[in-house]
Amino acid sequence: MDRKTYKPGEHPDLPPPSNIIGPAAWIRENLFSSPANVVMTILVVWFLYKILPPAIDWLFIDAAYTGENRDDCKAQGSGACWAFIDERMRLFTYGFYPIEERWRVNLSFGLLIIATAAVLFDNFPYRKYGLYFAAAFPFIAGWLLIGGAGLTPVPTHKFGGFLLTLVIGITGIAASLPIGIVLALGRQSKLPVVRLFCILFIEYIRGVPLIALLFVASTMLSYFLPPGTSFDLLLRVLIMVTLFASAYMAEVIRGGLQALPAGQFEAADAMGLKYWASMRLVVLPQALKISIPGIVNTFIGLYKDTTLVLIIGLLDPLGVGRASLADTKWTGLAYEVYLFVAIFFFVSCFAMARYSLYLENKLQTGHK
Amino acid sequence: MNEISLPRQNVVSRVWNDKEARSVIVQIVTVVLVFGFFAYLIRNAAINLEAIGKGYSFDFLTQPSNYDISQHFIEYDSRSSHLRAMTVGIINTLLVAVAGLALATVLGFFLGVLRLSRNWLVNKLAYVYIEYTRNVPLLLHILLIHGVIVHTLPVPKQAINLSDAAFLTNRGFFTPKPIFEPLFWIVGGLIVAGLLFSLWFTRYAKKVQDRTGNHYPVFWINLGAIVGIPLIMYFIMGTPITWDTPELKGFNFKGGMVLRPEFIALWLALSLYTAAFIGEIVRAGIIAVSRGQTEASYALGINRGRTLSLVVIPQALRVIVPPLTSQYLNLTKNSSLAIAIGYMDIVATIGGISLNQTGREMECMTIVLLLYLCMSLVISAAMNWYNDRIKLVER
Amino acid sequence: MKLIKSAALVAASSLITMTAQAGTLEDVQARGELNCVVTTGLAGFAAPDENGRWEGFDVGFCRAVAAAVLGDGEKVKFIPSTGKTRFTLLNSGDGDILFRNTTETLSRDVDLKLTFLPINYYDGQGFLVRKSLGISSATELDGASVCIQTGTTTELNLADYFRVNGMNYEPVTIETNEEGIGNYSGNRCDAYTTDASGLASTRAALEDPSAHMILPEIISKEPLGGAVRHGDDAWADIGKWVVNAIIIAEELGITQANAGEMAMEAGDNPSVNRLLGTEGNMGEMLGLDNQWALRAIQAGGNYAELFDNNIGPDTPLALERGLNASWRNGGILYAAPIR
Repeated sequence: MDRKTYKPGEHPDLPPPSNIIGPAAWIRENLFSSPANVVMTILVVWFLYKILPPAIDWLFIDAAYTGENRDDCKAQGSGACWAFIDERMRLFTYGFYPIEERWRVNLSFGLLIIATAAVLFDNFPYRKYGLYFAAAFPFIAGWLLIGGAGLTPVPTHKFGGFLLTLVIGITGIAASLPIGIVLALGRQSKLPVVRLFCILFIEYIRGVPLIALLFVASTMLSYFLPPGTSFDLLLRVLIMVTLFASAYMAEVIRGGLQALPAGQFEAADAMGLKYWASMRLVVLPQALKISIPGIVNTFIGLYKDTTLVLIIGLLDPLGVGRASLADTKWTGLAYEVYLFVAIFFFVSCFAMARYSLYLENKLQTGHK
Repeated sequence: MNEISLPRQNVVSRVWNDKEARSVIVQIVTVVLVFGFFAYLIRNAAINLEAIGKGYSFDFLTQPSNYDISQHFIEYDSRSSHLRAMTVGIINTLLVAVAGLALATVLGFFLGVLRLSRNWLVNKLAYVYIEYTRNVPLLLHILLIHGVIVHTLPVPKQAINLSDAAFLTNRGFFTPKPIFEPLFWIVGGLIVAGLLFSLWFTRYAKKVQDRTGNHYPVFWINLGAIVGIPLIMYFIMGTPITWDTPELKGFNFKGGMVLRPEFIALWLALSLYTAAFIGEIVRAGIIAVSRGQTEASYALGINRGRTLSLVVIPQALRVIVPPLTSQYLNLTKNSSLAIAIGYMDIVATIGGISLNQTGREMECMTIVLLLYLCMSLVISAAMNWYNDRIKLVER
Repeated sequence: MKLIKSAALVAASSLITMTAQAGTLEDVQARGELNCVVTTGLAGFAAPDENGRWEGFDVGFCRAVAAAVLGDGEKVKFIPSTGKTRFTLLNSGDGDILFRNTTETLSRDVDLKLTFLPINYYDGQGFLVRKSLGISSATELDGASVCIQTGTTTELNLADYFRVNGMNYEPVTIETNEEGIGNYSGNRCDAYTTDASGLASTRAALEDPSAHMILPEIISKEPLGGAVRHGDDAWADIGKWVVNAIIIAEELGITQANAGEMAMEAGDNPSVNRLLGTEGNMGEMLGLDNQWALRAIQAGGNYAELFDNNIGPDTPLALERGLNASWRNGGILYAAPIR
């Protein structure tokens, strides 16, 4: 090592010592900074070593991708039998929707993608028309899927699989937000009677499990309808799921309303705005912005809760999977089914959660 | 004709423009609409029930239920009434809910701390776990865990033998059951006395600390009072407990205590699922305590553990408790998914088999809804009380 | 916007159906479709095939009623139901008729306000066990874990049977058949119990059917039949006589294939003539036309054909006729005469 001497002010910029930058330093800092950390790191690495290789073997390497039945799969390897999922894919997607009408489902899926994209991304081309289209989408899709007015009607008990999840999820999401806003405003209302009814409704719904409400929908709701009327089971489920989600939505939005400084309400009053105008122009835009994480969480919860319809006999993806397991050709492949359905839900829910984060950051107006 | 002519208004619009009057009208209309709606529903129900000749009566509750329930903590057999079956269901629901709350809270706090770990691997592992668990429906977790228990644990004949006392099988986890001899009640009395002492001592120690700053080892003294002394007494009196150990007889283990796979699956699924949510809540709560608080505490020479327990956690709790309450409520309500794997809770007993056998949908569902409502109210009340206790006293 | 609104209206109206307060027969004819309550899926009795078309023994009876009433066995809307919802679906008016391997009992008849149609399947509750257990009788099941599907009379029979015989058991109760089978195949239970017909279909669906056996004991009487709502006798009569016609057709040797030919003109056998409408006015008495029974038989065949095609020895269920043979062949299937 040559020891140079420098004149004052001429010392060159030397790189930082190797023990505070680079991968080695990162590893030391993040994995081995203290004895406890070393122990934890070793434990985690050991755990991953025990778990990951067998999991990858089972999932991919030893898995069978084609085959006619369970024995075919087992002959190819000891891993997962994806041939089963492959064969049942159409059932998982459409349920029992008539084959010759499935183009309607595909078209609805396609339109859904356009509508969602228009809502989610503000650089969408011709976004204004996109938004009109998104507002009309539930009706168009309803007509496409159910039929009537020129299309062959398809009874709703033929809906199933992902189609059913999306129908329930999207209807619930689209309907629960406005109802939730009204309930939240009602709960904050200056009119005692309105407030009381809103509180009773919200607390009642939040106090009972969704599955009990679904049982109510499937077993006793018919008794409360006018004699001679009957509601389609899917419609009853939609009503219950929407009511359930709107009570939670109301609480989330109430949180947003309460977080607004009183000055905002007073300023709106001072401007001479009437109640609805002040809500629409001043209060709600801010309250909703604050509530975005909560709203999206409620959406995710609702979306996951669609699996409960399985218990009252509707065939969502989980229901389709379990019904398929009863098939003699494929018995005993439960893990494949559960994993497949889990991946479907994980992808959709995780995407929603990430979008909520993105939106939060975008709408952050820097008042922090 | 020369008087100032006001804009012509009829009575209706004049009343409508009066704020007070309008609010009264709106409220009256609301009441009429809501009550009208309910009256309409009830009328429909009355007509519909009349038409098929069914009544609305709870007489069936005293009839024999005629079905068996495997997990019952009170005397129950198929000759017992539907009311008793319902009670068994309530106890089972409470059991899984309380056990779930306890485990979910412990795991949740643990996860929250792991998420804040400076160890990158640990941190990311906790993150992956939380995201996976939160984004997959609970029903799937329940079915999956139940499937794993039933399909991977051995049958009773090849049970996993834990030193001849406890056995793990796919029919349940069998453990010895304590049978208390008369002398044991002295030990029991000592435990109660220890609990009372520790309650008093905790307050006393806090008072002393507030006044003088002296700190007693509260935890160790309490532990000694509740566990230590009774334990010594237990051995002095010659271990007055005998154990009833399970034995393999015929198809199954007989004797001892058992945790059924349905209970274990539901309990684990509820706890693991809720723990992921609690973990995020705890993390957010701890982050919300400003870093200056910790630094100030270190600067005062308070060690790491005491800083955590005396400075950080009390402040974090204020942020944590309200969302924690709704997670507790969710867990309790989610226990109703028991029906998917056949754990006999409220929904599976009174809202399930009793409903099927008697055909009394209205009555049974009314009971189920009311029971859950009561439980939710009790949990809310308890958590609100706790929240009031720990919340910041504003001056 | 107008288009969307009208589309929404159409969609909404197809979800909410108003039925006139007339008799069920008029309602069904006005609607042009029979709402038939069946199971959510029990192989051989009622289950949708890969294309979503319902097939099975119970389904055959639904189609026969639709054919008799509406002239077309395809005009049926199948309403899948769980054990919990089946009677509600009927009582609330969602369903017109129920064929869902349902046991006729006094309390269902009287307290649940149903009217049962003639028995179309004589069943009884049995046990399915592993051969490896080495038992040969249900009386050896003391201490066993038994899987049951709830929502039926099954759990009641089971409780009674073990109680009467002084035996203990651990009931593992489950809502759906699939979950029940999953539990049994995972060895959660030593025995699976349900109606013997259901056991046969369960056994056929297991990985290795030959490793399992059905114990000889039948612990209950399970007369399975269709049902309609209480209080509409005219409609109950139609259901009753369609079932009887299907059973009688077997006795008279009328099949799906030859029914049309035999109905061309009156033959020598007055029973056949009355059934097929070439003589008398049986149909008019029921409020239908005289070809009602002919169409019912042509929809899915006579009793023997329905049985053989869906659950008989050549199907995966491989059920024997046994008690369900015609009374002429030593069974107890005995329909009241049409005259």
